[in-house]
This record gives sequence, structure tokens and C-alpha cells, in this order.
Amino acid sequence: MAQAAIELIGINKSFGAVRANRDINLEVARGTIHGIVGENGAGKSTLMSILYGFYQADSGEIRVGGKPVSIHTSNDAIALGIGMVHQHFMLVDNFTVLENVILGAETDALLKSSITKARSELDRLEREYGLEVDPDAVIEELPVGLQQRVEILKALYRGAEILILDEPTGVLTPAEADHLFRILKQLKDQGKTIVLITHKLREIMAITDTVSVMRQGTMVATRTTKETTVGELAELMVGRRVLLRVEKGQSEAGAVKLSVKNLTVKDQRGVTMVDNVSFDVRGGEIVGIAGVAGNGQSELLEAISGIRHAVSGEVMLDGKPIDLTGKADPGELRDRGLAHVPEDRHHVGLVLAFEENENSILGYHDDERYLKGPFLDVDAIMADAKDKIEKYDIRPANPRLKTANFSGGNQQKIVLAREMEQDPGVLIVGQPTRGVDVGAIEFIHKRLIAMRDQGKAVLVVSVELDEIRSLSDRILVMFAGRVVGERGPEATEGELGLLMAGVEHQEAAE
Amino acid sequence: MDMFNAIVQVLDSTIRLSVPLLLACLAGLYSERAGIFDIGLEGKMLVGAFAGASAAAVFHSALIGLGTAILISVAFALVHGFASITHRGNQIVSGVAINFIAAGSTIILGQAWFQQGGRTPALQPGERFEAIIWPGAEAIRDVPIIGPIYAELISGHSILVYFAFAMVPFTWWVLFRTRFGLRMRAVGENPAAVDTAGISVAWLRYRALICTGILTGVAGAYLSMVQNGGFVKDMTAGKGYIALAALIFAKWKPVNAMFACLLFGFLDAASIRLQGSPLPLVGKVPAQFMQALPYVLTVILLAGFIGKAIPPRAGGVPYVKER
Repeated sequence: MAQAAIELIGINKSFGAVRANRDINLEVARGTIHGIVGENGAGKSTLMSILYGFYQADSGEIRVGGKPVSIHTSNDAIALGIGMVHQHFMLVDNFTVLENVILGAETDALLKSSITKARSELDRLEREYGLEVDPDAVIEELPVGLQQRVEILKALYRGAEILILDEPTGVLTPAEADHLFRILKQLKDQGKTIVLITHKLREIMAITDTVSVMRQGTMVATRTTKETTVGELAELMVGRRVLLRVEKGQSEAGAVKLSVKNLTVKDQRGVTMVDNVSFDVRGGEIVGIAGVAGNGQSELLEAISGIRHAVSGEVMLDGKPIDLTGKADPGELRDRGLAHVPEDRHHVGLVLAFEENENSILGYHDDERYLKGPFLDVDAIMADAKDKIEKYDIRPANPRLKTANFSGGNQQKIVLAREMEQDPGVLIVGQPTRGVDVGAIEFIHKRLIAMRDQGKAVLVVSVELDEIRSLSDRILVMFAGRVVGERGPEATEGELGLLMAGVEHQEAAE
Repeated sequence: MDMFNAIVQVLDSTIRLSVPLLLACLAGLYSERAGIFDIGLEGKMLVGAFAGASAAAVFHSALIGLGTAILISVAFALVHGFASITHRGNQIVSGVAINFIAAGSTIILGQAWFQQGGRTPALQPGERFEAIIWPGAEAIRDVPIIGPIYAELISGHSILVYFAFAMVPFTWWVLFRTRFGLRMRAVGENPAAVDTAGISVAWLRYRALICTGILTGVAGAYLSMVQNGGFVKDMTAGKGYIALAALIFAKWKPVNAMFACLLFGFLDAASIRLQGSPLPLVGKVPAQFMQALPYVLTVILLAGFIGKAIPPRAGGVPYVKER
């Protein structure tokens, strides 16, 4: 075994009463890609933040290159050759790439020499690792994948030998993720050590050499990637065997509940995002919309749920039209039995500064159940929130906790609980399990199937092909704003992949 | 020729009137670029004016006056920093508090120390900053066009006027050519990026506020020791707020700030000049209307003529390292 680049020995860290890390031991060999997997809230990010000097461990020892070190600030970590690519990029949006790269690593009080040096250094990094990016481009004008590349460049510019990436693919399209993995492999070949934090097991299998599993603040196992399986890792993560494929019976499709006809949506720039799309969703079936992110699924969802203006076409809910001017009253749609779990729960689905119980009735707060005369019936709301917490296993089980303090998966459960418990006739769900851990995925899938079995119409949009295949009774594939094909759940991944890539579509067009 | 002389005179007073605005505006630029809203420019100018005039009168030295003005103004800036950086308080509330403390304390202390109804003693020559006459100014005064421009506009101002205008390219240089400027702009946009780069967010913001304090101190000293021969209560008369408006108008850029302040100064100078004299077409206009004109134009300009002004993104938000 190669020499260890990093050793963490007996790391403990508590936030108040919560023990985020307990007695963590971890050894990462030099020149390897080491994955750390675990459910949301398992303590992965905390551990890496300790290594990067963002937090201090309560006890324990860190060794870098065999020598015990103390890391009090990010500066110490940078000096030891540790670089971090954060989940939410630490970039100044209106700075150029160059300015972002030199920030904090300037050579002297004037910028001129730093800029000259950074320019030639970026040139070298571009040649060595294929990290191409225009040094004079302004960050906010770059696509997310390139912004991430700037984060990597920042770390390399500071001389990072050890690179920590926190959920790097969460914001990337599959193509961008593939490119990232090629870059990581190249970095590894050049002798860099990479720590990859993720909850996507497929990525772990694809790229890592070794993998450590965390669960509830402890390190439960370390495996050589070649010698393990997705099933074993998933089991280690949640502590029990999970069904990655939810069992479900035959669907009994009933009457058409939601009908979309010739729907066309343009974005602010006038580009057609949804192009003449028609489909029906019947009661008792789940219709899945597959596609690479950015092919019009988001816009389609928003138009159907009445929050985005559609240029033409019509959407019928139980035979009656929905206002497509983008000015539909969401409250009215809810009354008509349409529930919507938005893709972006942080911005659209939740008020993060509210308490859990407040978010759990948000939008339904003028329902008589929650009112006592003109006032909110706090007791009823709390009882209702507690009920949902129990049913959906939302953790921590505290309805008074600020929503921002829940993990991503639990936030998603809060939104799902709110929308599903209203017993809607039609449920529209965008990315039902984005950022959600394995245990919760299974649970959410089961709930969705239960809704279907009760005769509800469910429309699911997801970029996770596995999810679409395991949930849907019918699969629609979107490419460049159009529905390019419909398949049954038995369709193979390869077949759907070709459709998603627009291959068949292009051939048909020619 | 009369017309030309009148114009030169208006431009000359434009310069004089825009200096305190310019200094305050650049002061605000430092703090807002670092992500700290500073509505307390007004108050810091006022204490600067009071401290400057008091110290100059007591110690009979303009330089000691200026130094004291800067010192006290920086002290107030640090109070704002302590409230809004260290204790993450609301920056607007802290700024308003500073304005109230300044307005009240200058009158009370002025009365207690000098017993002149809140005024400070009239400054004698040597206790004020005198105008600097440039070489040859008198000799070429009578040369047409060039003469008056050189003698009136360029020569004949106090050192603080030249300082204020020199601060414009200097501030630009600091912002865009130095490490401090880069970091300061970054901390006003995304403090987390600065923190993860291993730089102290708090110390950086404190340093920006010290720059703010220095400039408001000079602005105050200009008001009480150059424009006026002593301190008069509430002598800032809303200049701190106009400076903030100019800062938005200038989109937080130093050179734009200079033009914005010159424009406001010009409107002020023109309104003084035109008071009581009949205008073509409309005839005689009430003095009050002319006095209101700069403020009316401020509202109009800010409302529609500058396009979208995007403030530094982290402005007004205390930095909390996320859990």
C-alpha cells in the first residue's frame, strides 16, 4: 500500500447535543481516489470541513504525509497542500476567473505580478490537466461545470496535493459529470490524492479506488472499490438492506385526470423550451418524464403547475382548463386537486427561515383545519406537523426546528408530506429524490406508488434514469423540448439513453 | 465676457460644494464595497467637523484640527464596525444610531465647552486651511479664457480640495490594482469565498471601515475649517445622504462618483447663483424652488436615468460562518 496522504485518528466533533463525528479513523493513500459515502447528515461534510480548517475537532489527531499537524484555519490547510471544492462554490460571481484564482493567494500588495504569474500558471494547468477555461471570463457568465473547474483550478493554483470534492456532481449534467471524472482521473495519474464525498453510489463505483462508508457520525467500513458492490455499500450506509428497485403491482389506469395538448413554452430570451408537447396522465398511473437536465422538463412542470407562461396549447385538469398565462392562482389549483412538489425546494418549496410546522402547512394555511376564526390554530398545526413527521420519518422529529437546520433529504420529505397529505387528485413531482439519501429514496418511492394505487394521477420528472424506470408505468423521454418517445417500464437503459441523447430523433429528422 | 465669468464662478463654487460630497461618497464606497452599508456617513462627517473645529480653535493649529477630525471619525466608524461586524447587528440601525449620537453630542459638547449656543469659536487665520495660490495665477488672471480658468478653477483652493480630487484616481487604483482592493471587493460580494481562501472577513471589513472613517473625517474638517470658519450645529445638512445617493448613482465606481458629486455640486451652485434672478421663458422663480431643485433632480435621476444599479451582493448582511 502506498504511503498515506492523510490520516485522521479518533476525530470527535459535536455541535451542541449533536455528535456529528465520533471516533472517526480514516486513512487515504497517496495518489488514489478515495470515496466517502453516507446518507445526508452522516457527518461527511463535517469531517472534511475539519480537515480543511473550517471547524475545529473537539479531539483527535490529523496527520498529513505522516506528520501530525494542527489545522486551525483554512490557511493552515492550504499551506499543507489541501484544497477543497465546496458543494456551493466559493466564487465571487462578478470577478473574472483570474481574480478568483488569485484571491487570497496574491504574491504581494499589488496585483500586477500576481496576475502575470496566475496567467502563466493557468496556462500550464490547462496543458497538464486539460482544465480549459478562459482566464478573463466573468464567473457568472460561465456554465456551472466551468465554474466548478475554476474551483479546482483555485485549489491547484494554491499547490494542492490533496483535493477534497464535496458532492461535486450534484449540480452537473451527466456530460459535465463525465468530464469531471476524466479530469479527476488525470489528476490522480499525476500523483494527486482525491477525496470524493458523495451519496451517489454509481459514481463511487465508477471512479474511486477505495471507499469509506459513514453512518450517523461514525465510520462504519472501508472497502476496496473493486471488491465491493453497490448493494453492499447501500446496506452499510443505511444499516439494512434496501430495495433499490421498489416493488409494485400492475397499474390500473382509470380516467384521464391531467391532459396536456400542444403545449409550447418559451423562456425569457424567446428560446423555445417546450415544443408542442402533448400527453395524458390517467388516474392510477405514474408517468415519468426522463431526459438530460435542461431539455425543457423544468419549464414543462412550471407551465403545468401554472407558474410559467405558456405561449400556446392547453392543459386540462379533470376536464377543465388551467390558466396558462403564468398568472394562475396556485391556491385555486390546489383547491382543484393539483399538488406540486417543485424541483427547487430551497427557493420555491420552502421558506428555510420558518419552523418545520409552518412549512408543513404553507400554501394550505387558509384551510379551515388550520384556522380558528381569523387566527391560525397553532395546536391543530402542531398536531398536524407531528403527525406528518411520524408518518414520513422526518428527522430530527422537532416541529419547532428551523427548516434550514434539516438535512436536504428531510427538507424534501417536509415538502412531500405537505403535498401528499392533502390527498390531491393529481400530483406533479419534480426530482423527487434529488439530494436525498438511499433510505429516504425507498420511502419516497413507496409513497408515490401508494398514491398511484389509490387512483391518483402522478407525473414525475427526474434526471435519474433509475428512478424513472423503477417508478413509472409509462416513460416519456424529452429531448430539446420535445417528447421524442414513449416507452414502457421494461425499456432498457440503453434504449432510453439513446432517446435522451436525441439519437433516434435526429435520425428520424434527417 | 460677463457670461463667461459667471460660468467660471458657478463652476468654481461647484468644485467647492462638491468636495464634501465627494469625500463622503468615496468614504461610503469603501465600506459598501466591503459589504457594510453605512448610513452613518452623515454622523461621522458631523463629528469630524465638530472635532476638527474644536481642536483647531483650542490648539490653534489647522493640522491638529484635521488629525482630530480623522481620529474621532475613525472611532465612530469602528463603533459601527463593532456593532455590525463583530456583533452582526443590523447595519442600518447602527448607522442611524451613529447619526443621532453625532447630532446630539456635538451640540451638547459644543455648548459645554464653548458656550456659544453649540457653535465652536470662529477660527482665526492659521487655524483654517487657507487657499493655495498657484504660481503665476495672479499674473495671467487677465488673459482671456485661460486666465480665469487657471486662477479661479485650478488655483486658489485649499489643500483638502486637491486631496479630495486626488482620492478619486487613488481609490480606483486601490480597488482595482491592489491586493487589499481585490479582497475588499470580494468580501462585499461573497464573504464565504474570502473566508475559505484563508482571509479574515472581519479584519478586512474593519480596515475598509477605517478608510471610510478617514475620509468622512476629512469631509467634516473641510466643512468646518474650509467652507465655514467654525462648527455650526447640523452643518452637514443631509450631505451624507446625498453622498449615498451619489454612490448609487455612480454604481459604486470612483470615477463615476466624482462626476455624480460634481453634478450635485453644480446643481447646488446653480441654484444659489440663480436665486432671485429671472430665468428666460419662466421669469422669476421662488428661491425655495431653486433650493429644492438639486433634491428633485436627485429623485428623478435615481428613479429612472441610471439604469440598473446593482449593489455589492453581500451588502448589509452580516457574515455568519454556516454551521
